[in-house]
Amino acid sequence: MTRLVPTGVLLLGALYCLLPVSWVLVAASKSPAELFTLGTFAPGSGLLGNLGELSAYRDGVFWRWMANTAFYAGGGALLSTAVSAVAGFALAKYRFRGRNLIFNVLIGGVLVPSVVLAVPQYLLFAKVGLADTYWAVLLPQILHPYGIYLARIYAGAAVPDSLLEAGRIDGGGEWRLLRTVGLPLMVPGMVTIFLFQFVAIWNNFLLPFIMLGDDGKFPLTVGLYTLLAAGANQPSLYNLIITGALLSIIPLIALFLTMQRYWRTDLSSGAVKG
Amino acid sequence: MPTTRLALAALLAVTLAAGCSGGGGTPAPEPEAAAPAGPVTLTYWTWAPNMDKIAQVWNAANPDITVTVSKQAGGDDAAAKFLTAAKAGNAPDLVQAEYQHLPSFVAADAVADLAADAAALKGEYAEGLWGLVTLGTDGVYAIPQDSGPMMLYYRKDLFEKYGVEVPKTWADYAEAARTVHEADPKVYLGSFSSKDPGWFAGLAQQAGAQWWSISGDAWKVGIDDAATTKVAEFWGGLVAEGVIDDQPYFTPEWNKALNDGTQLSWPSAVWGPGVLESNAPDGKGKWAVAPLPQWTAGENVSGFWGGSSTAISAGSKNRAAALKFATWLNTDQAALDLLVKEAFIYPAAAKGQTSLGDPPAYFAESQPDFWQQAATIGTTARGFTFGPNVGVTYNAYKDGFDKALKDKAPFATAVKTMQDATVADMRKSGFTLAG
Repeated sequence: MTRLVPTGVLLLGALYCLLPVSWVLVAASKSPAELFTLGTFAPGSGLLGNLGELSAYRDGVFWRWMANTAFYAGGGALLSTAVSAVAGFALAKYRFRGRNLIFNVLIGGVLVPSVVLAVPQYLLFAKVGLADTYWAVLLPQILHPYGIYLARIYAGAAVPDSLLEAGRIDGGGEWRLLRTVGLPLMVPGMVTIFLFQFVAIWNNFLLPFIMLGDDGKFPLTVGLYTLLAAGANQPSLYNLIITGALLSIIPLIALFLTMQRYWRTDLSSGAVKG
Repeated sequence: MPTTRLALAALLAVTLAAGCSGGGGTPAPEPEAAAPAGPVTLTYWTWAPNMDKIAQVWNAANPDITVTVSKQAGGDDAAAKFLTAAKAGNAPDLVQAEYQHLPSFVAADAVADLAADAAALKGEYAEGLWGLVTLGTDGVYAIPQDSGPMMLYYRKDLFEKYGVEVPKTWADYAEAARTVHEADPKVYLGSFSSKDPGWFAGLAQQAGAQWWSISGDAWKVGIDDAATTKVAEFWGGLVAEGVIDDQPYFTPEWNKALNDGTQLSWPSAVWGPGVLESNAPDGKGKWAVAPLPQWTAGENVSGFWGGSSTAISAGSKNRAAALKFATWLNTDQAALDLLVKEAFIYPAAAKGQTSLGDPPAYFAESQPDFWQQAATIGTTARGFTFGPNVGVTYNAYKDGFDKALKDKAPFATAVKTMQDATVADMRKSGFTLAG
């Protein structure tokens, strides 16, 4: 009985998460004519047709959006992880004036939703002439208060002071200590930050929506939205949007499946060393 | 993407707030209207399909003026995005502007007044349409592109089956709604949508409403006038009786009802065939069109739902070139042909009527004279001046009618909600109100 209840709750949770995804999967297989006529979970026969139509839409602009999204999410998450790791390490392992102030400001930054910042950021970027460039979407996502916070907590717990002391006695410079002692121990935390940021940027809508005017620089979220809000005087492209949504979550799923093992190995390796 | 809607609401709120506190902002420098020296490049934000192909035709013929189309998402969000970009001095040269959003662009000094050079285009358009881009003033703030005169789409075969005539008046419509619903409780003649303020505005226009007007420097807001209240109470009565559905348009349920014949008619606009074709594929060859039912027998008026224009942003450095392109796009016969064929729009220019050839495939059997019908109905449509904060009014429509439906309250209260919200917002934004 004590085991059944948690299992049941988890199963319900899994169902709750998987049901919408399975709907997308089923709906993507329906041709436009089948979309509103077939039963909700009855598979259709139009998946290949939808894929072909989506690839042909405006000379394959969908794949360009996909590449843009991969660039924004991959590049942004990498840079953001690097910045977070270095900043978090410094905040955890060095004592300097203003350390607490910086940290408190960062904590405050965690509480500010990025949505609120999008419009002011746009006005600033427009002033320096960077609006409607790749940088406009990349730069604001590099500094991520929550990532720094996470890195600080993780560095505080995973990098023992004694190890750094030993390195200093052996004559290692601070930069070398960070590279050879600090960062390797922080890898599981960095993987977490990378995944968080990658998913956040991949799904980000408002920032690129405001920043970008040129549809060749759009990420998937904004690009697919142009298909949805296409004006009323033409047939809606629901089948393309659903197929596009399905394709756009596949890289995320693949990423999680491959990155998962870093989480697991490092949790256990930490336990052995501890 | 549940956060998306929230985020967009936030964007809208921020832009509106920025509009309020900015007090107009710095006026953009007046660009020279002289002919541009050397080749220029223009950016054009639009959501009409295949506009890039049409621009290519122009670019091939005009190497000096290259137009780059950037396809945007349409609707209210597009207006908010353009206003934000204009505020940042970053707006495109040309922008597709829906008629109801044009006044907010004008109020924010985001679009150029083209009166000096474009006044001559007046003759290309019906008077009601031209009024939508002049806002009843001496200015000309955009070139009309497409329009959406309203008509009644109905299932010809099922009207016969249930023995109802095409309603000539709204009283006939109510009677037909009762007949149909009595014959089969699952079937409705139509639906009242609490999510489509543009639809309701069109019906109010037909009834003779004037939601906004300008006298001197002051705005007058009359959303709760007698005509609008009459329209609201008519639909409220039918919903309360239960003989009309209250499903919002464009939802999957509504699509399904249109498709399987449990919803028999739709008061919509001339762009309806695209919606029916994709959302009700089984109805092909079964739908027909008729003029909207009238409030007084023997009358013949309609309203507008949708339609848009091409505006030139106030910050554009190449206003003359942009106007040249906008004029070609919306009034040249070859361009109008392309707009009809490639962008599937119903052109606003009078001579665009000749570009309309075969009826939409969906209507080929049931209404072969679709375009002739549309043209006849189009001349009877009348619009009204939109105000500078239509977004607020439209949101109040959704909130107000949702609430009225939920509480089973009289629809007149929702109209009052719209009026109050609009007036309060305009006061807050610093507009002078008459009365």
